[in-house]
Amino acid sequence: MFKLFALLGLMVTGFIEETGRIIIFFLKTVICIFRPPLNLKNILQQIEEVGIKSIPVVVIMAIFTGMVLALQSYTGFRRFNAEAFVGTVVALSIVRELGPVLSGLMVSGRVGAGMAAELGTMQVTEQIDALYTLATNPVKYLIVPRFLASLVVMPILVVFSDIVGILGGYLVSVALLGTNPTIYAKRTWDYMELDDIYIGLLKAGIFGMIIAIISCYQGFYTQGGAEGVGKATTRAVVLSSLVILVSNYFITALMF
Amino acid sequence: MSGKKNLTAKNMIVVRDLYKSFGKNHVLQGVNLEVRRGEDMVVIGGSGTGKSVLIKCIIGLIKPDDGAIYIDGEDITLYNEKKLNEMRKDFGMLFQFGALFDSMTVWENVGFGLKQHANLKDDEIREIATQKLNLVGLNGINDLMPSELSGGMKKRVGLARAIAMAPEILLYDEPTTGLDPIMADVINELIIQLREKLKVTSIAITHDMVSAYKIGDRIAMLYNGKIIEVGTPDEIRNSKSEIVQQFILGRSEGPITREQKK
Repeated sequence: MFKLFALLGLMVTGFIEETGRIIIFFLKTVICIFRPPLNLKNILQQIEEVGIKSIPVVVIMAIFTGMVLALQSYTGFRRFNAEAFVGTVVALSIVRELGPVLSGLMVSGRVGAGMAAELGTMQVTEQIDALYTLATNPVKYLIVPRFLASLVVMPILVVFSDIVGILGGYLVSVALLGTNPTIYAKRTWDYMELDDIYIGLLKAGIFGMIIAIISCYQGFYTQGGAEGVGKATTRAVVLSSLVILVSNYFITALMF
Repeated sequence: MSGKKNLTAKNMIVVRDLYKSFGKNHVLQGVNLEVRRGEDMVVIGGSGTGKSVLIKCIIGLIKPDDGAIYIDGEDITLYNEKKLNEMRKDFGMLFQFGALFDSMTVWENVGFGLKQHANLKDDEIREIATQKLNLVGLNGINDLMPSELSGGMKKRVGLARAIAMAPEILLYDEPTTGLDPIMADVINELIIQLREKLKVTSIAITHDMVSAYKIGDRIAMLYNGKIIEVGTPDEIRNSKSEIVQQFILGRSEGPITREQKK
C-alpha cells in the first residue's frame, strides 16, 4: 500500500517536473523569436515541411470526415424529421471541432514524429552540441523555425480542411441522400457565425504550438541512441495528441 | 601540479577544482589542469572516466557543479549563455563521430560558422570552405552529403569545420577512435600541422596511446575524477604511478581493474 502511494507520488512529481521543463522550453523559444535576426530560409523550409506536405493527408481526412458526418447526422436527424439541418450540423462540427482537432492529430502524427525523430537524431549524434560549438543557439536555429511554421501553417491547414469537409458533406447529401443543393447550402451558411470560424482557427494556432513545442522538446532532450530516438518519437506523438484533445475541451469551455 | 595558483598569461586554459555529478555518478571530483598557450594537451583515461565531460565543460556545453575554468584569465563558468556564445567563436571542436549536419553538403557544413557569423556571400564562404578542406587533405567533395563519406573523411570534414573560423582553441574528442591505423596517423599528422600552422592551443582526449604520444606536448591522466599525473610523453612513459603504467601499457591486471572489482 505504502509503495503504491510512493509510486503515485513519483508519478505526480514526474509529471509536474516534465510540464515545467516543457514550459521553460516554450519560454526559451518565445524569447528567441524576439531576438532578431530570424532565419527566414529555415522558416520557409519548415513551412514547406509542416504545411505544404501536410495538405494531402489533411484534405483526405477532411473530405471523408465531412462525408461520414453527413451520413451519420442524416441517420439521426431523420428519426425526428430534421434532415434539413444536416448541412448546419456538418458545417458547425467541422468548423468548430473536427477540422482543428483532426487536423491537429494528423499533423502531430506526420510532423510531430518527424520533428522528434530529426532533432532526436541530431541530439544523439552530437549535432546539437556541434551547433553550440559553432556559436549558434540551437533553440533559435532549430526550434524557432519549426514553432513559427507550425503556428502559421496550422490555421491555414484548418481553413483547407473546413472547406473540403463541408464540401464532402455537401456531396454526400446532394448526390447520395437527395437533399436539395440550394437548401443545403443555405442552411450551411445561414447558421454559421464568424465566431465559429474564429474559434476553430484559434484552436488550430494553439494546436500548432502544442505540436511544435512538445515534439521539439522530446527530440531536443533525447538520450540513449537509436532506442532513445524511437521513444522520443512515440512520446512526441502520444503526448501532443493527448494535449490537443484535453486542451480542446478547455478552449471550447472557455469560449462557450 | 595541482593547488598552485598560477594564472599567468602563459596559461591559456586553467581548470580549477572542477566538480560534476550526474545523479549519483560523481564524474569529475576536483579536476585541476593547466594548458599553456600554443601547446597540445592530451587527456588520457579509460572510457567513462569523464574525459568528454571535462572538455564539454571547457566549451560550456555542460555546466560544472563547482570549480572554475579560466580561459585567457576569465572564469567562463560565470558566463551567461550570450557570453558563452561569444566565447565559442574562438573555439573549434572536433566531435568523436564528426557530428556533421546531415541535412547539409560538405562545404555548407564547413562554412556553417561563417554563414552564421561572418557577413560573407555564399561564393566567398564556399571558397574558404574549399581552402579549409584542402588544408585537411580533401579535394572535390564539396557537394557530397555527409552520409556519402567514410568515417575518416567525416572526421576530416569535422576538423575543417572546426578550424573554419580560425579559432584560438581547438578541442578534439577522441580524434582517432574508430579509424584504421593509417587514417588515425593521418589525423595525428593533421593535428600536429594545424598546431604549427595555426598556432592554436588544443586539448585532445583519447585513449589511443600511439596518438597521445604523437600529438601531445604534454599528457594528463584522468582517473577517478581527478588528474593524477601531468607530464611530457617521456615523463608519462616513465611514470612511477602504477595506475598510469597499467593504463599506458594496456594491462588487464593492475590497480585500475582491482578498484573496479571492489
